[in-house]
Amino acid sequence: MDINLINLTNQIRRDILRMVHQVNSGHPGGSLGCVEYLAVLYFKIMKIDLEFNMNGINEDLFFLSNGHISPVFYSTLSRRGYFPISELNTFRKINSRLQGHPTTHEGLPGIRIASGSLGQGMSVSIGAALSKKLNNDKSTVFALLGDGELQEGQNWEAIMFAAAKKVDNLIVTIDLNGKQIDGSTDDVLPMGNIDEKFKSFGWEVLEIKEGNNIDKILDTLTYAKSITGKSKPIVILMHTEMGNGVDFMMNTHAWHGIAPNDEQLENALNQNPETLGDY
Amino acid sequence: MIKYIDTGKKDTRSGFGDGLTQLGRNNKNVVALCADLTGSLKMNEFKKENPDKFIQVGIAEANMMGIAAGLTIGGKIPFTGTFANFSTGRVYDQIRQSIAYSDKNVKICASHAGVTLGEDGATHQILEDIGLMKMLPGMTVINTCDYNQTKAATIEIAKYMGPVYLRFGRPKVANFTPEDQKFEIGKGVMLNQGNDVTIVATGHLVWEAIKAGEELLKIGISAEIINIHTIKPLDSKIILNSVRKTGCLVSAEEHNYHGGLGESISRILAQNNPVPQSFVATNDTFGESGTPEQLMEKYGLNSQAIIKSATEVIKKK
Repeated sequence: MDINLINLTNQIRRDILRMVHQVNSGHPGGSLGCVEYLAVLYFKIMKIDLEFNMNGINEDLFFLSNGHISPVFYSTLSRRGYFPISELNTFRKINSRLQGHPTTHEGLPGIRIASGSLGQGMSVSIGAALSKKLNNDKSTVFALLGDGELQEGQNWEAIMFAAAKKVDNLIVTIDLNGKQIDGSTDDVLPMGNIDEKFKSFGWEVLEIKEGNNIDKILDTLTYAKSITGKSKPIVILMHTEMGNGVDFMMNTHAWHGIAPNDEQLENALNQNPETLGDY
Repeated sequence: MIKYIDTGKKDTRSGFGDGLTQLGRNNKNVVALCADLTGSLKMNEFKKENPDKFIQVGIAEANMMGIAAGLTIGGKIPFTGTFANFSTGRVYDQIRQSIAYSDKNVKICASHAGVTLGEDGATHQILEDIGLMKMLPGMTVINTCDYNQTKAATIEIAKYMGPVYLRFGRPKVANFTPEDQKFEIGKGVMLNQGNDVTIVATGHLVWEAIKAGEELLKIGISAEIINIHTIKPLDSKIILNSVRKTGCLVSAEEHNYHGGLGESISRILAQNNPVPQSFVATNDTFGESGTPEQLMEKYGLNSQAIIKSATEVIKKK
């Protein structure tokens, strides 16, 4: 799709900041860190049908496991055309399809699973990938997980399964921002060498050292898609910066789950000029 | 009293296995998942006939529930198979978020429910699963009584769109419902019409209720006996029509009275026609090792317990 991704990512950042500010709740930090990934995935990589159909036959599918970064997901989906951009205005409000954490329950186009309780998205994406194999559907399943989320044991059941059963139409990305609610992942519960762990389970491991660099993400996702179908599940370890694009939200876990006040919002928006029109 | 004939003892789990085998032959979208209990769940034949549609997940029930949810995306109808304990409590949040809240068409098939699992003891004898599952919005909860009914239910739930919990058991029990029965989700089955007391039973307690009805008749009590296989949605009509005539009710189930069929019945009675009710159920306790018969007797889950409850509840009218 022909779109200026710099302008798009600027606008998505504005959407995120304005959404969480408006209801004084939500998760800006992780959302800001994954803007480039979701923008590249939905605008450059995935083969999708905007006439949303839950089964997604012959479409690439995406599952967000760390559902708390719903603001970046909602903004990307609406900017892509799944639902009206104006609906971002309903985020976390009563009677909204844009629940605090993503859900299929309210019928929001683009969402295929509820997430929020962590550690479940990889299993679901494996199931969807197996469904594609049974349907002889050659498209690809993508999933995004937070790094802290790897502390959930279900992921390691899923990691073992996907390699053993050669689920090779699956590209999982881990958002390695090194932070979780209580502090750095190394302080809360060090996870050791994630790269070696995935390799030892039998996964193909790729890395994006600059997870907020559009070109690097595009190159790696393109390459990852080119090596599907080779008997191995693929994981991309993507180093991002929590709060990326807003100077005072970076280098800290403090903005995991709190919203900026009026003054902070103005400051943050000044760093991300309006490009495609605010909702 | 209508005479019911045991056509030969069979386990309900074999009804599930045979129903699943039939589905494998007739429904291209049915897939089965198992967490290292293929033989216990009687899924061997399905596995043999459909190796591509049988997914062995290993001892990893949480992952199994998530994979099942994902399989529905693309139109598959996944049937998960493991013991009732590992089908519910162990994976409650996975079912809650990835299946129930996500409106996924997963059939959670749970064997070895209740104390009749026997010698393995309380770690495996879940008596809380009906409560756990019926509390989930949108979840259909079914507890079948014999081989034929379990087979019919297994086939029927594949046609229904939405999450289902299908509960059955390990021991060989009387097989007395018709082989060619039409299984209707949410519809109670009138087994015997009577005037003095309504006995509403589910699962293995249905046959015990029939035996109790025969004994009660000998002491001059005419029991109306209803087989409730679907606990949610509950057939309130058949129950309310019955108590209007009998004026009292005994509920019977292989489950804790907290959260079981009996409590669901109490709610509709309280709202519509409060009549005395007596509960045949476990009394807020874990089970223990023993033979199924010994455990049914010790925990008050047999025909004798139903007879006692019936005679007592009649006095409260």
